[in-house]
Amino acid sequence: MRKRSLLSTAAAYPHIVWMVLFIVAPLLFVLYYAFTDPSGAFTLENVTALGSHKTTFVLSIALSVIATFLCFIIGYPLAWIISRADPGRQRIYMMLIMLPMWTNLLIRTYSMMAIMDDGGFLNGILAALHLGKVHLIGTKGAVLFGMVYDFLPYMVLPIYTVMNKIDPRLTEAASDLGAGGWRVLTKVTMPLSMSGVVSGITMVFVPSISTFYISQKLGGGSFELIGDTIERQFQNETTYNVGAMISLVMMVLILISLAVMNKFSDESEEILP
Amino acid sequence: MEKIIELKNISKSFDGEAVLKHIDLYIGNSEFITLLGPSGCGKTTTLRIIGGFEKPDEGDVIFEGTRINDVPAHKRSVNTVFQKYALFPHLNVFENIAFALRLQKCPKEEIRRRVKEMLSLVALEGFERKNVTLLSGGQQQRVAIARALISHPKILLLDEPLGALDLKLRKDMQNELKNIQKQTGITFIYVTHDQEEALSMSDTVVVMADGEIQQIGTPIDIYNEPVNAFVADFIGESNIVDGVMPADRTVRFSGHTFECLDGGFAANEAVDVVIRPEDIDVVSPDQSPLTGTVTGVTFKGVHYEIIVDVGGFKWMIQSTDFVEEGARIGLKIGPDDIHVMKKSRYSGLYGDYSSFSDELDELSDADKVEE
Ligand SMILES: Nc1ncnc2c1ncn2[C@@H]1O[C@H](COP(=O)(O)OP(=O)(O)OP(=O)(O)O)[C@@H](O)[C@H]1O
Ligand SMILES: [Mg+2]
Repeated sequence: MRKRSLLSTAAAYPHIVWMVLFIVAPLLFVLYYAFTDPSGAFTLENVTALGSHKTTFVLSIALSVIATFLCFIIGYPLAWIISRADPGRQRIYMMLIMLPMWTNLLIRTYSMMAIMDDGGFLNGILAALHLGKVHLIGTKGAVLFGMVYDFLPYMVLPIYTVMNKIDPRLTEAASDLGAGGWRVLTKVTMPLSMSGVVSGITMVFVPSISTFYISQKLGGGSFELIGDTIERQFQNETTYNVGAMISLVMMVLILISLAVMNKFSDESEEILP
Repeated sequence: MEKIIELKNISKSFDGEAVLKHIDLYIGNSEFITLLGPSGCGKTTTLRIIGGFEKPDEGDVIFEGTRINDVPAHKRSVNTVFQKYALFPHLNVFENIAFALRLQKCPKEEIRRRVKEMLSLVALEGFERKNVTLLSGGQQQRVAIARALISHPKILLLDEPLGALDLKLRKDMQNELKNIQKQTGITFIYVTHDQEEALSMSDTVVVMADGEIQQIGTPIDIYNEPVNAFVADFIGESNIVDGVMPADRTVRFSGHTFECLDGGFAANEAVDVVIRPEDIDVVSPDQSPLTGTVTGVTFKGVHYEIIVDVGGFKWMIQSTDFVEEGARIGLKIGPDDIHVMKKSRYSGLYGDYSSFSDELDELSDADKVEE
C-alpha cells in the first residue's frame, strides 16, 4: 500500500524523480566518498589531503578570476556596441558571437593548440615574416586565452539581453538632460545593466574554475588546475575519495560565490521596474 | 514677440514614408504652444526634431537665430518631459531631479537647494528618498517635470504628458502646468491629441494632420475661424455642409440663401460652411426656412445633444431646451453663426452626423485613456 502511493507520487512529480536521480543521488555519492577511505570506513583524512593541493586551488581561482575579468572587459563593450546597432545588424553580430559555441569544445581547443603550437600556424607566419618565435603552449597566457575565447559568449549574452531591454527613452532622457555618450553609458546604461553583468560573471567564472580540458591541452601539462587534479584523482581507484573531497570543496566554493553574486543581482533587480 | 525657435521647411520620412511635409513654424519666447492632431500625424516626430533626437531630411531648425540641425541633444538648451516619464529607475526622486545638475558638477549645497525648490514647485516636498518606481502616475509626472525644469532650459518639450492620467488628475495637472509655465517663463511646446486640453492651456495652437500644419492660431481663432473641414471637425463639434457663395456676405446651402459675414470668394465659388451646434437655435418650423425632424436626443448635463434630419443631412444642435424625438423643428441660424471655408481635400469627409453615435464616441475616448 505504502509503496504504491510512493510510486504514484513519483509519477505525479516527474521533476522530483529527475532531481533525485540526477542531482541528489550523485551529490550523496560525492559526500559519501569524500568522508570515507577506499575500504568504505569513515575518515577525515581526505580533508587533510586537501593541504597538498593548496597551490592548485590558488592558481585555479587566480586564473579564473583573471579570465572572468578579461571576459568582462571585452564582453561589456562588445554587448554595448551590439545593443546600439540597428536590429538587423544586431542579429548578425549575435550569431557571430554564438557561432563558435556550435563547435565542440574539444575541436575548438585542438584548433587553438594547432594555432599556438611552437611549430604551429602562428609561429609559421611569424617565421615567414622573420619575426622570430613565440612560445605560447604551456604558458598560463595560453590557458587564459583559451578560457576567454571559450567562455566569452557567456558574458556577452546576458549583458546584451539586459541592455536590449533598457527603455531607449531612458538613454534619450539622459542625453536630453545634458549627458554626452560616455556619461549616458556610466550614469544610466551601466547601472541598469548590472544584473546582466552579474549573471555574465557567474556564467564565466563557474566553467572557468572547473575547466580541465583547456588547461591540459593549452597548458601543455606544465601546470595543473583544480579540474585536472579532480580528473586525475578519479583515474586511480585509490584516490577516488580525495577526488570527491576536492569536488565537494569546489562545489561549496562555487555555491558561495553564486550566493554572493545573487545577492548583488537581487539588489540591482530591486530598483529595476 | 521674439522668436526662440523656427522650423523652416522641415521634411522627414521613415522607410520612404513622408511623416512631416514642409513644416514651417516659429515659436515665440515664453509662449505656450500646442501641437494638436490625430494619432500618427507627426507631432512626436516634430518634437524629437526640436529636441535633437531626430534629424530632418530637409529644412532647418533655427534656435535663437542659429541653425542647430547638427547640435546633439545633450548640447541643446531644450529639455523634454517624455510621454511615459522615462524616470531613471535606479535613482530616487532626489537623484532623478538632480541628474542635470550633477552632470554640470554643481556644488552639493546648490544642488540640494535647487532640488528643494523644484520639489516645492511640483508639490512633492518630503519625497526626496522615495523610489520613483513606487510613485503614482501623477507623482511620477511631477518628478519628470521637475527633472526637466531644474537646469532652466529655454524650451520645455512635453509629449502628451498627461495622457496616462485619469480625468480629474488631468485637469489638476493642466492648471499646474499652466501655472508653472507662467511662473518660470519657459517656452512650452506641448503635444496632445485632446482638443479641449489644447484650447484651454495654449497661447497658440498648431493643428496638424497627415504630416502637415493645417492651421496656426490662438485657441479662439482656431475655434471660430477654422481654415478647413479637418480643423473645424477636429476642434469641437461642427456641422459642415456644402455651399456656394453667390456674392460676398451671401451664402447658399441646404436649398436656402443666408446672410453671412464672410467674403472674398469668387462668384458662385463652392465652399464648405461650418455651423457650430451651440450656435443653432431651436424654433418652431414656421419661424425658419430650415426645418427638420428630430431623430435623436441625448442628455449631456449642461445641454441636450439633438440630431436633426434636414433633407437627408443630419445636423447636430446643442440646446438647453428639450425637444421630443420625432418632432419637427426649425433651425435658426444668424449671420455670425455661419463660417465659410474654402474647399480642401478634407471637404466632404467630416461634419455629417448620420453615422454619429455616442457609443463610438465613448470607444474612442477609452482608446485615449489606454494610450
Ligand atoms: N523611428 C521611426 N521609424 C519608423 N516610423 C516612425 C518612426 N517614428 C515615427 N514613425 C512613424 O511616423 C508617423 C508619425 O509618428 P509620430 O510619432 O510623430 O505621430 P504622433 O502625431 O506623435 O502620433 P501619436 O498621437 O499617436 O503619438 C507614424 O506613422 C509613425 O509610425
Ligand atoms: Mg506621439
